[in-house]
Amino acid sequence: MAKYSVVGKRVPRIDALNKVTGTAVYSGDVILPDMLYGKVLRNPHTHAIIQRLDVTKAQALEGVKAVITASDVPGYQSRSPLLLAEMPHLAQEKVTYAGQPVAVVAATSIEIAEKAVDLIEVEYEELPPILDVLESMKPETPPIYPDLYTNFIASPPSDEDSTPSNIAYHMVINRGDLEAGFKEADLILENTFRTQPVHHGYLEPFAAVASVDMGGKVIVWTQSQGVFTARQMIAAFLDLPASRVNLVPVEIGGAFGGKSFLALAPLCALLALKTGRPVRMEMSRDEVIKAARPAPGSVTTIKMGVTKEGYITAASISLIYDAGGFPEMSHTMFARGNTLSHYKIPNLKIEAFDVLTNKVPVTYYRAPGTPQNHFAVESQMDLIARVLDMDPLQLRIQNIAVEGDTAPSGEILPKVGYKETLERMAEYLKEKGSLQGDDQGRGVACGFWHGATVTFGAYVHINIDGSVTLVVGVTDVSGSRTSIAQIVAEEFGIPMESVSVVVGDTDTAPWASPSVGSQTIYSLSQAVYRACQDAKEQLRHLAAARFEVEASGFEFANGRLIFQGDAEKSIAIGSLARYSISFRGAGPVVGRGSIGGLPPAPSVAVHAADVEIDKETGKVKVLSYAVAQDVGLAVNPLSVEGQIQGAVTQGIGWALMEGYQFDQGKVQNDTLLDYRMPTATDVPMIDALLVEVGSDSGIYGIRHVGEPPIVGALAAIANAIQSATGVRIKELPMTPEAILNGLKEQNKS
Amino acid sequence: MKIKVNGQDYEITVEPGRTLLDILRYELRLTGTKEGCGTGSCGSCTVLLDGEAVNSCLVFAIEVEGKEITTIEGLSQQGKLHPLQQAFIDEGAVQCGFCTPGVILTAKAFLDSNPHPTELEIRQAIAGNLCRCTGYDKIVRAIMSATNS
Ligand code: FES
Ligand code: FES
Repeated sequence: MAKYSVVGKRVPRIDALNKVTGTAVYSGDVILPDMLYGKVLRNPHTHAIIQRLDVTKAQALEGVKAVITASDVPGYQSRSPLLLAEMPHLAQEKVTYAGQPVAVVAATSIEIAEKAVDLIEVEYEELPPILDVLESMKPETPPIYPDLYTNFIASPPSDEDSTPSNIAYHMVINRGDLEAGFKEADLILENTFRTQPVHHGYLEPFAAVASVDMGGKVIVWTQSQGVFTARQMIAAFLDLPASRVNLVPVEIGGAFGGKSFLALAPLCALLALKTGRPVRMEMSRDEVIKAARPAPGSVTTIKMGVTKEGYITAASISLIYDAGGFPEMSHTMFARGNTLSHYKIPNLKIEAFDVLTNKVPVTYYRAPGTPQNHFAVESQMDLIARVLDMDPLQLRIQNIAVEGDTAPSGEILPKVGYKETLERMAEYLKEKGSLQGDDQGRGVACGFWHGATVTFGAYVHINIDGSVTLVVGVTDVSGSRTSIAQIVAEEFGIPMESVSVVVGDTDTAPWASPSVGSQTIYSLSQAVYRACQDAKEQLRHLAAARFEVEASGFEFANGRLIFQGDAEKSIAIGSLARYSISFRGAGPVVGRGSIGGLPPAPSVAVHAADVEIDKETGKVKVLSYAVAQDVGLAVNPLSVEGQIQGAVTQGIGWALMEGYQFDQGKVQNDTLLDYRMPTATDVPMIDALLVEVGSDSGIYGIRHVGEPPIVGALAAIANAIQSATGVRIKELPMTPEAILNGLKEQNKS
Repeated sequence: MKIKVNGQDYEITVEPGRTLLDILRYELRLTGTKEGCGTGSCGSCTVLLDGEAVNSCLVFAIEVEGKEITTIEGLSQQGKLHPLQQAFIDEGAVQCGFCTPGVILTAKAFLDSNPHPTELEIRQAIAGNLCRCTGYDKIVRAIMSATNS
């Protein structure tokens, strides 16, 4: 976009230099003098009561400095009921999944810590595990938590009749007249789709380092998507005021939603507090897979009715998410805004459940719960197009929601570019032409993401050399530092090199919500923009006083203020900053910006996958892949493309190879050899087609970017597989074995 | 034992069972080498051992006596980035950066033996290095562009 000189340009990331030279500091790289090493004892059973827990032998081992169990946690004693987020760190009376932490040790070496963990004696009374969501939902199934009520976790609802349940959360939306809608339909299809839990697969395992200063302040270095929320959780666990805890941001080696969960930091902080020495903890990869929250598996049943012209008349969908052994995170919450939201559907019912089982609990992963529901919805759309013999993109175009339509949540759609995005893909595929080879097929699918609502602050300091320092409190998981530096450069008319971005610790930075929900650039950019406007206004007044003219007449260009184009009345921002801090000056120029929850700027990404199937082995080769996405405005197209390509690759992994394998609730594939993720030979180059239908609420028209491009991938691949083979697979992952089975079935009939 | 890392000689005492990765990260504090799995499945611990790319989590420290090791910290010369490092920055091949040191060193060893590879050869060469952020697209392009510079 020619409108801007820095915003919209492909710029290298400002953090890249440290990363290519190995100098970037991640949690595990923090080394402090006199450090102890912490290790977690994890429970081996899926479901059991802790009968006896004896740590005396461990405590007696030379080199052991502390052993902690739930009874030593200050936060567990002081409050009840506990916040959900505080509970999972150490098991109390009961364990509800294999891998749950039971105790934690600090010792002078990692070897001693490991030995001490082995010396802790625990006696368990095993309980029958509940492993299947459908089983778990039944009223006759005993509740895993006797005091857990649907939507009223840990405190009974006022309704006398309600009974404890394994359904942690439940949500229903009804619109129109479902029955009448289905009556109008010429074709009704109903299908059930299943997915397995998958892991975010961030390359960096969890780590934490904590120390306590002389004043009793606890300082924690850990990879968290939200340092302020992490501070609150750690303070609650330690039963300290938040001001006694400081979270220091570090580089994060991939997160994708998985690092809002604090796997180690509260334990590490408590060990540091108990021992008075710095403590480091790291998780091994198998601990990460077994115990650091994956995304939930799901069972989704969808029924959809359409006219013979291909207009949707009614749809009902039931989404069941396997929450695992702890009611930590509700995916139902996201189902409300992200299910069947991108189509016009006059009559519908959406119902969603988070259901507890004795498996590893889950957390949010890139567009929480939404790839799962789109696997069902967008596979279903494809099946309908096949029956009606319609072009699958055309079917979507004619049902797509537009500005002014009411979403299932009741929200009136603001300006959106869903249709433009579909049309862009149609144009791209027309140019590309159809596939010619045997056993090749193309699949398309939409991926919708509504976006979350969060809040941020930002400070802008004008330095005396004319450079600008931007201070924020949000950790960078997606290139956000670079994009906000572009915004500052744009606003002051200075080069990128003159902007430095500081991610402060929780003692110095302004508040930041966690970096989640594709919100960071979208919302943070507003706070940064406002901080820039605040500083610019101050500079205008300083310049106005100097030249004795109206402040409003000043424009910013090349790091200077110019009064109505008059070169005589022009001054560098650095000069103004210098005068402002002299003893006669008005004081330093500090811009302050803050943003409350913005209205979301939803977007759709349209996927097109071309695959080839080896009918002998069942192996799927992804020949080419393209995504068209409405990004509103790409602040840094290089970064936006990278987000899209990374998300698609995660989606391809989810579709074809990834998935937890359980034996009686215990994770079996806990290495990266067995939990296989895509390598460079599993994926092609990925074309990112950026559509820019600006949003009404984002600054410069920015929209959410990071999550939409994973959402449609699962169905796009499934649809492509059917195009190539005629086989429809309704359960992920679509392994070679599943495809061979499908081909066998096909030959039979 | 004696060990030579990035052209510098070190004398260290090593407990048996310690890996080269442990020594690099915790004894020599060269923390640019990362541990993603500890079992040889991710490539984030890749270093060059006499010019060959190896997973340092699978190498016992005592095996490297007398050999030359290059880690990511030793790749730039006299403050000048290696062409691969520059290409990774320019092409946007770095996101979280956790895989980056390992991928760059794997690519370096590969390009030293095959200076004009095809896209497929590049993909095969880095197939032992997982990256979860980039989808490999920009990494492959960066390696290609480094071959041209
Ligand atoms: S840490 Fe060595 S291969 Fe993963
Ligand atoms: S850049 Fe994050 S794993 Fe490669």
